[in-house]
Amino acid sequence: MNWEFIIFSAVKVAIVIGVVQGMVAYAVLAERKISAWIQDRVGPNRAAPPFMKYIPVVGPALTRLGIFQPLADGLKFFLKEDFTPAGVRKVYFWLAPAIAVIPSMLVVAVIPFGSQLGHQQMVISDLNVGILYTFGIVSLGVYGIVLAGYAANSKYPFLGGIRSSAQMISYEISMGMSVIPVLLIVGSLNLNHIIGWQAQHGWMVFYAPISFIIFLVASFAETNRLPFDLPEAETELVGGYHTEYSSMKFALFFLGEYSNMIASAGMMVTLFFGGWTLPFWGLDHPAATLGAGIAHILIFLVKMLLFMVLFIWVRWMFPRFRYDQLMDLGWRRFVPLALANILVTAVVLWMRVR
Amino acid sequence: MIVNRKPLTFWERLYLPAIIGGFKVTARHLFRSLFGGKTVTMEYPEQKWAVPPDYRGAPYLVRDQNGDTKCVSCQLCEFVCPPKAIKIIPPGPSGPMADRPNAEKMPLEFEINMLRCIYCGYCQEVCPEEAIFLLKDYSLTGLSRAEMIYDKQKLLALGGEHGGIQKWKHKLEEAKTQEDFPVKP
Repeated sequence: MNWEFIIFSAVKVAIVIGVVQGMVAYAVLAERKISAWIQDRVGPNRAAPPFMKYIPVVGPALTRLGIFQPLADGLKFFLKEDFTPAGVRKVYFWLAPAIAVIPSMLVVAVIPFGSQLGHQQMVISDLNVGILYTFGIVSLGVYGIVLAGYAANSKYPFLGGIRSSAQMISYEISMGMSVIPVLLIVGSLNLNHIIGWQAQHGWMVFYAPISFIIFLVASFAETNRLPFDLPEAETELVGGYHTEYSSMKFALFFLGEYSNMIASAGMMVTLFFGGWTLPFWGLDHPAATLGAGIAHILIFLVKMLLFMVLFIWVRWMFPRFRYDQLMDLGWRRFVPLALANILVTAVVLWMRVR
Repeated sequence: MIVNRKPLTFWERLYLPAIIGGFKVTARHLFRSLFGGKTVTMEYPEQKWAVPPDYRGAPYLVRDQNGDTKCVSCQLCEFVCPPKAIKIIPPGPSGPMADRPNAEKMPLEFEINMLRCIYCGYCQEVCPEEAIFLLKDYSLTGLSRAEMIYDKQKLLALGGEHGGIQKWKHKLEEAKTQEDFPVKP
């Protein structure tokens, strides 16, 4: 336990949490903008600080893109009345938003978002059981939602909580099993080793495509995104598990949801799309120079942003699944498929060793 | 009529056709609105919709072709107004004379509370002098309740001049259409 380690870790934690929260803010903006474009609308294009109109060309262009909208949204959340309805179970009511946010922030800790800057590895914690840790933490995320639904003492949040507990627990199984072939192929639970293997042999998505598909769909279900947004189906449940929440507590649920999206995008990039590596221009091994280190971080961010766009885009492609269809897909399609996938991968690996 | 649901083929049960179809539709709309600029949003303060000719907007008092007040303070609109938005103070025996030579009087004060007005158009319909019209204004704003009570000066200024309206000719035509309305053999 030396001081250098503590200081650099603290700096990395601060930067990563800052970046993730900034990304959440702009993911909301991207969601609103892309949704608007897909629906032939223009999206938020008015919010701007008053001096923006005096900056020629750039100012109005940024305003039309809605760059300042997240600031206004954040400020609005702080200024709203933090209302606690009568009859809620206060302790759980206050605890639930925190429990919804904390796991999604913790997951980011093991994701390598770059190779090295100087001598510092660009990962907060280079755990040897990285994936195991991720699944352990992700499964905590359901408690926030279930507690919120339970604490609100209101039927719609309760239904949302029940739905999410069933949905998230079901899809965690297929999600966990979908990753096992990856681990079999690489032979390590460390995310850095997985990236290293992919740098040598090519992206994992070409070796385990079925794993990727199951992981992708399960992560949509885990993050409560459409077409699996049953816990917060507005048309059925008013608002779902966060109906009774307002102000910053509501914002925390939002934050948790979007950082879950970011975390699962990061996991998909790391597991299946080579993490911070690119197969050309010599970007596939840990950076020796500062420039290459920054390039690696940028590569990781760009890959992650593409997945975020996918998350948002898919929202407008499909109608919501019915509850029985959701369970059918999770248990009767993906669990057997994931098991078969594990078996086939194991057999193929065994044959090749022989 | 019962239409039996067709069993899905294997290809359809993979969700793939739905995924591809959804992707095509969303991609088309995304690129159309992003690069073609074809959005349906009307950006309100800059772009405004065309108000249809018989639109019932805010009720204003109008002047005749000589710039005189048409209202004769008969108070019919005040009586007919369902939300009681109109308040008229008649001039009384010693009040000022009317603008027009052939009118007996004009209102001393004429107030419409625009917060109460429901834009029903009864005042316009009941007015025997064609002095009040529901014009095309639809975005009335103010910073206080007092500001939203429009007085006579304001209503006349907003209403403008409606010259050439011949009241009795109009009434005659209306009566005629009503007489032969339930078509007689």
